[in-house]
Amino acid sequence: MSQENMKLTLHVWRQSGPQADGFFETHKVSDISPHMSFLEMLDVLNEQLVESGKDAVAFEHDCREGICGSCGMVVNGMAHGPQNLTTTCQLHMRQYKDGDEIWIEPWRASAFPVLKDLVVERAAFDRIIQAGGYVSVRTGSAPDANEIAIPKRYADSAMDAAACIGCGACVAACPNASASLFTAAKVAHLGLLPQGQPERLSRVAQMVMQHDLEGFGSCTNHGECEAACPKGISINFIAQMNRDYLKSQLLSASSLTRKTAEKHA
Amino acid sequence: MQQVMRITRTNVALKVVMALTGLLLFGFVVGHMLGNLQLYAGPETINGYAALLKSMPGLLWAARIGLLLLVVAHVVCATILATRNAEARSTPYRKPKHQRSTYASRTMYWSGPILAFYIVYHLAHLTFGFAPHEWSYTDVYSNVVLGFQQPLIAGIYIVGNLALGIHLYHGLWSLCQSLGLSHPRYNRYRTMVATAAALVVTIGNISFPISVLLGVVTLAS
Ligand code: HEM
Ligand code: FES
Repeated sequence: MSQENMKLTLHVWRQSGPQADGFFETHKVSDISPHMSFLEMLDVLNEQLVESGKDAVAFEHDCREGICGSCGMVVNGMAHGPQNLTTTCQLHMRQYKDGDEIWIEPWRASAFPVLKDLVVERAAFDRIIQAGGYVSVRTGSAPDANEIAIPKRYADSAMDAAACIGCGACVAACPNASASLFTAAKVAHLGLLPQGQPERLSRVAQMVMQHDLEGFGSCTNHGECEAACPKGISINFIAQMNRDYLKSQLLSASSLTRKTAEKHA
Repeated sequence: MQQVMRITRTNVALKVVMALTGLLLFGFVVGHMLGNLQLYAGPETINGYAALLKSMPGLLWAARIGLLLLVVAHVVCATILATRNAEARSTPYRKPKHQRSTYASRTMYWSGPILAFYIVYHLAHLTFGFAPHEWSYTDVYSNVVLGFQQPLIAGIYIVGNLALGIHLYHGLWSLCQSLGLSHPRYNRYRTMVATAAALVVTIGNISFPISVLLGVVTLAS
């Protein structure tokens, strides 16, 4: 059990802008309580920096309760730090003990340029969603709840995939900076539901293509993303994305319509 | 053809090519190992087997060219993906901490190239006869025994096949993911089958140089 009032040495990545060279800057903080969250510990550091007239460390955060996905940083080589199924904001200082040294880096991926210090631009994720992460619906009056029957195992699986908060830890943890887990989760959570069927194959084709255009790496099945994911999303979704992608490429539009026509004949 | 062109555009598609070529190469490797087990049945058996293969030159060369194309496709895709992956993480972490990946998964880009060198050496030595010992086109048995009696040559084969084993241990499970072979009921068998297959191939292949080094298999037998 870590004690009250810890003293820690922090090596924090500082980078003034996307084009600037970054470097590690070392700071000491004291009076850190084990009940503080990791971000509260950084708040202490920033107060200290501001009081001494220095530039505060920029880091992204919003909900501070593990649901918005904005607070990602790599702590001692691990995305979101050492605790499984936990975002950085939900990581608590009881994980550390007096005298520890902590290295803090931003997500490192060419598709996630550093904006400042620990803040990266994750717009690449938005563009992957724009490429196919939607379903087309008839507008007008709201449909009745439970109008469409969904088998429980599909509903459960879709919910597991939909737990993705888009934080980018999968990219950060992947040795190839691949966003396969993110893309696969988004492909699956719509592709598993009846409402997602009409666009199922075009969705996967477009999202996989956009993923590559953004400059993310390829999946070599290390499994690091699954270990780092604060929501525990399974790499089985990546296999499913690959399977759907293959279908989308092997069944051309004409053979798809031919098949459907045969089914209805 | 248009569809073949289209399918190679994405990383996922290149991984599918790697998985299919890897699977076919694995099939060859298993067959090759089983055929070589005839070494233990003595010179007549394995030399007879070699003569049988060489009696069908058309088929033999078709298989050789096919295998060569598989290796080339596999290596070309690996090279393209390796380049893209390096670009995707242009700034490295100070010290990344691995939580789930394995030694095998992290060394695919070492075990692969080691395999490539090993394959070239192996072909030069036993197929084309660039050997520092007596070599005959028909007496396969003696070629193998004379070769493995030299510790350096035996060592190269052992290292090459250890690389193959490590490559297959990750590759066989990885190809299931790449091809989308995933089902909750069977997923736990994927690593088991990959481990077993990699072990069988590696132990089988490594047993040949070791048997010769230990004097279990000799010229006189
Ligand atoms: C007997 C020869 C070989 C066999 C049986 C074999 C088999 C395999 C298999 C089954 C995979 C998994 C594919 C996937 O993840 O979908 C793989 C991946 C790989 N192979 Fe090979 N391979 C062989 C030779 C080579 C050679 C000569 C190289 C040389 C560069 C190589 C480089 C790689 C690399 C780098 C990967 C990882 C690809 C990735 O994960 O993106 N392999 N191999
Ligand atoms: S700040 Fe919202 S998930 Fe951490």
